[in-house]
Amino acid sequence: MAEKMNGVRVLVGTRKGAFVLTSDAKRKKWDVSGPHFAGWEIYHLKGSLADPNRLYASQSSSWFGQLIQRSNDGGKTWEPVDNKFVYDGVPGTHQWYDGTAHPWEFKRVWHLEPSLTDPDTVYAGVEDAALFRTTDGGKTWGELSGLRGHGSGPHWAPGAGGMCLHTVLLDPSDPRRIFIAISAAGTFRSDDAGETWRPINQGLRSEHIPDPTAEVGHCVHRIAMHPTRPNVLFMQKHWDVMRTDDAGESWREVSGNLPTDFGFVIDVHAHEPETIYVAPIKSDSEHFPPDGKLRVYRSRTGGNEWEALTNGLPQSDCYVNVLRDAMAVDSLDSCGVYFGTTGGQVYASADSGDNWAPIVRDLPPVFSVEVQTLS
Amino acid sequence: MIRVILPAHLRTLAGVNGEVKLDVEGQVTQRSVLDALEASYPTLRGTLRDHVTQQRRPFVRFFACEEDLSHESPDAPLPEAVARGAEPFLVVGAIAGG
Repeated sequence: MAEKMNGVRVLVGTRKGAFVLTSDAKRKKWDVSGPHFAGWEIYHLKGSLADPNRLYASQSSSWFGQLIQRSNDGGKTWEPVDNKFVYDGVPGTHQWYDGTAHPWEFKRVWHLEPSLTDPDTVYAGVEDAALFRTTDGGKTWGELSGLRGHGSGPHWAPGAGGMCLHTVLLDPSDPRRIFIAISAAGTFRSDDAGETWRPINQGLRSEHIPDPTAEVGHCVHRIAMHPTRPNVLFMQKHWDVMRTDDAGESWREVSGNLPTDFGFVIDVHAHEPETIYVAPIKSDSEHFPPDGKLRVYRSRTGGNEWEALTNGLPQSDCYVNVLRDAMAVDSLDSCGVYFGTTGGQVYASADSGDNWAPIVRDLPPVFSVEVQTLS
Repeated sequence: MIRVILPAHLRTLAGVNGEVKLDVEGQVTQRSVLDALEASYPTLRGTLRDHVTQQRRPFVRFFACEEDLSHESPDAPLPEAVARGAEPFLVVGAIAGG
């Protein structure tokens, strides 16, 4: 039986293993556990809201493929569960980088999203893009193939990181509604628990595709939702920060005064649904912070008006990246904000972003950061 | 008794130290050895061969008796020294940096 604690547990996936960082509610002193699965790529690990001791981790390597690990004690011990991700039927083709048809091939699991109510139900977003689900705690996985098969799949294309389904958002008010995002296809919504899907990309504009306002083909890097307002989504697209107030029926740009509207992460304050965070990154191709200054930008107005948050973050000679799954918030009062970098730092703010300090400085490149608020 | 040496990551995953010893029914081939290995250690399924096609993963190689057997037919008999347990069947992760 895992012991209970008041505080937070930060789950960090890196290029060479997983780390579990724990602290009390003050979030000043941290205990670091790991590496778990040393030497393996851990694209993502996440805990169940329904049972915080139940964690799932995506473990992979170029040599030995994909594994899924499950913990029932908050990450102290792990057991491998089923790793068989097989596309339904004939996988078909999507577009390759040059527009030619390329067969769908499973490569890895990018993101694991546990159900909000059932610790045995988990969604897995994979590369090449598809959505899988287990309802038995990982013993078996099945594809929700209505997404890949709804018709636009042959027009999806990979982003630089591969053609990945990287974000899964579950609507707390409607268990049948699911949002997902794919690079580079866009955002999709299901209103029937994942059986059928449609693209929801109206309002997105992407100059690097032949038709900039096409129904699919947009390189959406991340979408985020506040649980009390599931019809309001925020998006960090390859370029442009966007929002929708109607569950994706239409999007509008809220990049405002950001120094660059390129980036990967976006997240929402736990208690203020109009307070959002991004980490602007210089692009194309550089993928490091502008001017060598690592700055998180916060908007308290749901976008358009942004302020730089710099206290405690390096403001010179900093050339790390912040990848799409590497920001998270806790729900303590006040809200904690966390992000990891490709330089191996995990920064935390216990005051909604006003002040930052590194929890750890020298991990392998950080792929993902999740936070569990424990009570 | 067939002796198999796994790379370190897979020994950790399977929870074994040192060599794995397997009983293999019938002809000793890559396929029969890997079938027996996966039957004894189900967590290794998918790590050496594709779940569906059963093809060797691209960064996995098979050596025995100082020979590279990676490109042999999976149904070709393994060397007699492997079949009688005098030599191990080696599963090797390709040199690929990282």
